Amino acid sequence: MKAFKQINGLVCPLDRANVDTDAIIPKQFLKSIKRTGFGPYLFDEWRYADHGEPGMDCSHRPLRQEFVLNLPRYKGAQILLTRDNFGCGSSREHAPWAIEDYGFQVIIAPSFADIFFNNCYKNGILPIVLPAAMVDRLFAECAANEGYRLSVDLESQKITFPSGESLGFDIQPHRKHCLLNGLDEIGLTLQHADEIKVFESRHKAVQPWLFA
Amino acid sequence: MAGKTLYDKLWESHVVREESDGTCLLYIDRHLIHEVTSAQAFEGMRLAGRKAWRAASIVANPDHNTPTDHWDEGIKDPISRLQVETLDANIKDFGALVYFPFKHANQGIIHVIGPENGTTLPGTTVVCGDSHTSTHGAFGALAHGIGTSEVEHVLATQTLVAKRSQRMLVKVEGQLGKEVTAKDVALAIIGKIGTAGGNGYAIEFGGSAIRGLSMEGRMTLCNMTIEAGARAGLVAPDEKTVEYLKGRTYAPKGADWDKAVAYWSTLKSDPDAKFDAVVELDAARIEPQVTWGTSPEQVLPVGARVPNPANEPDLQKRTGIERALQYMGLAADTPISEIKVDKVFIGSCTNSRIEDLRAAAKVVKGRKKAAGVKLVLVVPGSGIVKRQAEDEGLDKVFVEAGFEWREPGCSMCLAMNADRLEPGERCASTSNRNFEGRQGAGGRTHLVSPAMAAAAAIAGHFVDIRNQF
Repeated sequence: MKAFKQINGLVCPLDRANVDTDAIIPKQFLKSIKRTGFGPYLFDEWRYADHGEPGMDCSHRPLRQEFVLNLPRYKGAQILLTRDNFGCGSSREHAPWAIEDYGFQVIIAPSFADIFFNNCYKNGILPIVLPAAMVDRLFAECAANEGYRLSVDLESQKITFPSGESLGFDIQPHRKHCLLNGLDEIGLTLQHADEIKVFESRHKAVQPWLFA
Repeated sequence: MAGKTLYDKLWESHVVREESDGTCLLYIDRHLIHEVTSAQAFEGMRLAGRKAWRAASIVANPDHNTPTDHWDEGIKDPISRLQVETLDANIKDFGALVYFPFKHANQGIIHVIGPENGTTLPGTTVVCGDSHTSTHGAFGALAHGIGTSEVEHVLATQTLVAKRSQRMLVKVEGQLGKEVTAKDVALAIIGKIGTAGGNGYAIEFGGSAIRGLSMEGRMTLCNMTIEAGARAGLVAPDEKTVEYLKGRTYAPKGADWDKAVAYWSTLKSDPDAKFDAVVELDAARIEPQVTWGTSPEQVLPVGARVPNPANEPDLQKRTGIERALQYMGLAADTPISEIKVDKVFIGSCTNSRIEDLRAAAKVVKGRKKAAGVKLVLVVPGSGIVKRQAEDEGLDKVFVEAGFEWREPGCSMCLAMNADRLEPGERCASTSNRNFEGRQGAGGRTHLVSPAMAAAAAIAGHFVDIRNQF
């Protein structure tokens, strides 16, 4: 996994609550057996005026001009600012794959759906939960200032505003460690292979029918 | 010391090790696999030169991409076909306890075949790269959806890196009304707590109305837990659970069976267990439910009217209502019973089990599909469900009414195969998500119970089945 340390990135505001993973990446793109190449289809139904299919060249597709990702001022954004319960619905990891492939590295929202939140960390994306009032303020500042950027530093767990003011955020220590170092979680777990084997034999003694 | 909840018991009996920040390695007993979320995980295994830690934990089958008609013609879409063939090849290389390839007599939706073959058992941990894995919590198993990276992690290590959830008790006491089903209970709960209400929680369902539900009903309820934001739903195992599992292919046998039943009887929350949140519903007040919007929380009793955004003081919510009404092509204050449907879908991991098909057939028997309804798809959850329904003559009831009786699969719940809505089409659906585009780009979904879907197919619009049929 790619490590995440810090960025200073353009903020793109997606002002909707309950954005589901079907909206983030529609089902037809889930037929791919690859992990890459989902970025052009991120928010496909909101972003394009035609119907998208896997493998389509998106560079000439008609755009829904009013959709926020299509506004020139947000081109190249790396921080997605959104509302409550982002990423609800299906467990598809294609959603964070599409978000990462598009170029977003940080998502800020008042809350996230559990499975999506978890999937972000496996893909070098930092999801940040901020109080709703702070998210409101960010939406307002972002709307008022073209080219609005934020600095996010994972090591110090700090977001710095253009004014220089800064704000802390929470993250579980284990997740922070993995993200900062871009660690392969499977490799880490396999360092405890003996413990897993010991557990397994104990478990087998209690519920032998699971191993029959 | 306070007693333990069922969730805590399941969790603690699977912790391999715990870090100082509470992050645990959780042992996984059953790994369900389907074609959509597994290919990249197997590829990762191959690239790292890893083998499956315990192939005998794997229960797999393709379901999302498989067609529901003309099986003799195979899978026409080449991308879908490749994904299904990739699963065949991966299972061949890595192994599995159970694999039902496309067209196998027992193939079906992964969340239907696990329980019906007895691989889902109380006291186990069950994961799958699919959010509706919560279904299996109906057996008192700790079951939830995971992402593809975690699928790979479970394949390689038989564990998951996880943190304990908060515990919520949703208690439904009393007697459910006539024609009110587990689906209506699930939708009423989501209507009450919202689609984010369960974020961070595992929900245990309790109370006399829950104990009164059949195993099929409990599966429907736990299936929809994820639509309330909670990854896992739980119902404590009881005599119904034991009765359901007895004699199933992979359920324990002989002396193991007796030991298992004794163990399962310990799997319930202690009387003095503490929950972090408790939600109570009165069963008698739950009515047949219909969703009107683009989120499962946008739901009302069938006798209600579509909401008017002008009555919503909260700006965020008002915008949400306006957006949903626009997408759904509905005017504020329209009586739900006046909403006409173009298509009807009876199926999905939520409602495609034998009891669901019986409930739909009971409404349909001797009647015909309304002229204005273009298509009614009845898609059984598995080959086993299909054969049982045919033995009971349910297929004939549907076909005589002008419905289509199909082969098993996920079908129009998410329209990855050819079964889908066209833009602007409106559907009464027994599935689990009414998101924009879920059943086909531009399609409009109303979630209902199987009996309510069948009634809409006959009447051409939503009806209160307590008054008609």
